[in-house]
Amino acid sequence: MTGADILIRCLQDERIELIFGYPGGAALHIYDALYRQDKIKHILVRHEQGAAHAADGYARSTGKPGVVLVTSGPGVTNTVTGIATAYMDSIPMVIITAQVSSNLIGDDAFQEVDTVGITRPCVKHNFLVKEVGELALAMKKAFYIATSGRPGPVVVDVPKDVTNQSAAYHYPQRINMRSYQPSRKGHRKQMARGVELLLKAERPMIYTGGGAVLGEAQKPLRELVELLGFPCTSTLMGLGAIAASDRHFLGMLGMHGTYESNMAMHECDVMLVVGARFDDRVTGELEKFSPNARIVQIDIDPSSIGKNVAVEIPIVGNCNEVLAQMASMVAARCDEIQRTAVAQWWQQIERWKALKSLDYASSDEVIKPQYVVQKMMEVTAGEAFVTSDVGQHQMWAAQYYGFEQPRRWINSGGLGTMGFGLPAAIGVQLAHPQATVACITGDASIIMCIQELSTCKQYDLPLKIISLNNRYMGMVRQWQEFFYDRRYSHSYMDALPDFIALAESFGHVGMRVEQPGEVDKVLREAFAIKDRLVFVDVITDPTENVYPMIAAGKGHHEMHLNPGQGDDAERELA
Amino acid sequence: MKRTIISLLLENESGALSRVAGLFSARGYNIESLTVAPTDDDSLSRMTIVTDGSDSIIEQITKQLNKLIEVVKLIDLTEGEHIARELMLVKVVAANNDQREEVKRLNDIFRGRIIDVTDSTYTLEMTGTSAKVEAFMDTLAKIEIVEVVRSGISGIGRGKRALKI
Repeated sequence: MTGADILIRCLQDERIELIFGYPGGAALHIYDALYRQDKIKHILVRHEQGAAHAADGYARSTGKPGVVLVTSGPGVTNTVTGIATAYMDSIPMVIITAQVSSNLIGDDAFQEVDTVGITRPCVKHNFLVKEVGELALAMKKAFYIATSGRPGPVVVDVPKDVTNQSAAYHYPQRINMRSYQPSRKGHRKQMARGVELLLKAERPMIYTGGGAVLGEAQKPLRELVELLGFPCTSTLMGLGAIAASDRHFLGMLGMHGTYESNMAMHECDVMLVVGARFDDRVTGELEKFSPNARIVQIDIDPSSIGKNVAVEIPIVGNCNEVLAQMASMVAARCDEIQRTAVAQWWQQIERWKALKSLDYASSDEVIKPQYVVQKMMEVTAGEAFVTSDVGQHQMWAAQYYGFEQPRRWINSGGLGTMGFGLPAAIGVQLAHPQATVACITGDASIIMCIQELSTCKQYDLPLKIISLNNRYMGMVRQWQEFFYDRRYSHSYMDALPDFIALAESFGHVGMRVEQPGEVDKVLREAFAIKDRLVFVDVITDPTENVYPMIAAGKGHHEMHLNPGQGDDAERELA
Repeated sequence: MKRTIISLLLENESGALSRVAGLFSARGYNIESLTVAPTDDDSLSRMTIVTDGSDSIIEQITKQLNKLIEVVKLIDLTEGEHIARELMLVKVVAANNDQREEVKRLNDIFRGRIIDVTDSTYTLEMTGTSAKVEAFMDTLAKIEIVEVVRSGISGIGRGKRALKI
């Protein structure tokens, strides 16, 4: 078999059904092999960044690895943003990059770039395959590394001549690497110590992150929360692991988290951290972070433990397995939970909740973006897969769309990649053809990968794009309003296209809403169209800001609440 | 801040060194020296890295290194009894009798070796701890150093303490 056939066969043996890519000179042998088979469906994007985000959305919504195929040089550099996006959020992906022929490597050949060098800082691992005989093993390792331990993207760079040489095909069933042996099971003694501490807790808090989603920990997590009766919060990446409607759930934490979540984080005495990494957007000023908490942290990556915040009881392992064991330990000792103290703690939390930190001033004249998200949740019965881009709309989506299940909320949390939402939604829709998939975006973000509307047409993807159009880069504008004395330096979107005409020119349906009273009707119309992509251009209040907010350098207990709503005296307490 | 010597075994593959070096620059860790060469097992390279940082930074460095796929095993040598040595080659001006005598005398005191002689220079080889190598260099500075080459530290645990797979 030729290298190109081997490559495709490896994908088949990994049971890959869908790959996302864009052809080019160095990749032509591989594309020819793809043409000569029918097991793997290839999705042709319009820009390689779109391929990476689409594979990423596929992976996030299914838990299966996303696969990308691109050509050398610009094919690779265009993919880098997507690779870095996946890397920051620990998403399993295998990116096959064609390379110029071996004899040309290092000669500054046409469409040559040092792919291994350029991607090294933003992959879990990468390979340059120099011999056709090494190709299958490299592919096996790539899938193994990408999907085990803390997941991440792996690049396999294959020179064109290697794809044309022949070798016998052998794909190993199993693989054992002496230098890579991630542990799944937690240390029994550490888990017992963790449980001990939870049973002593009087003001406990459970803080979950993306690891709870990636580690499929929702079942034991929900069990444990129910057994303990403890309050819990989630990072942006962890939303859905605990149902938004769960009575223990206080909403998201961090810079734009709820008041009750952040106050409870600040005041707690014992914190259980599940697959979260104390990101700066979550902790606020580290020196003010949770001054009295004794911390138990579960993470599959030892380097995530104790990186920013000192941890008393580290537990290295898969969140699902560790939580399942801890839940069974707790189940045997439920009578030891500090019920009275925890009940008092809940009373305190209810007082914080009473401030209703997500309230906003509603309006009959301008469309409030928060209202659009709330309406969208109503119209989709909370069951949609929701992707987003980055900025204000992303925060509003996270705050106002209640996710009941994990893997429904698809966004670029770590890298914060504008342009992620539309291509990611392509991957999600292809993975879940019958599901409602919506992309909540903004007028600035959507332009960044707008070319993928063409991909949507080619594959008849009935996405719903809800663009909260405020004619600004809203989050940039918000920071300029707060911290730069309203000097709105290049944060406006002048000369926006007519989004309806734009969507229609790609063969889709375009709708516009300008009045608050029409939001419900238009959203219902849009979501009722099951077989076509609908782009809804929602003209929103350009002055609206995301609240509540922790400013830079502040702690969880120093939040700003929305000045437009609620009892001022009470708010000053905050 | 604590000076730390980390010894590690990594797969003898192209690109492994740049992953280690890239990790240090990307995360802003200091490298005082880094040495790497194959071992008796030719599938493995052994690397000695000298770095410094607070306890938590050293902990992060070892965790991040362990996370690299090609790193098979590592230890912090400075956590226990160990030996660390460095090789220096130094070329000094030795153009007249006085200079040649003085260089030879100093070299004898420090138990170095003269490995190359020309009309105007001596080249000396010296092995020892970094402190000894530096003391020797300071002493020679009074004469006139033409150039200095230091290998960086190689370290090994004492007695039964060994880094092997």
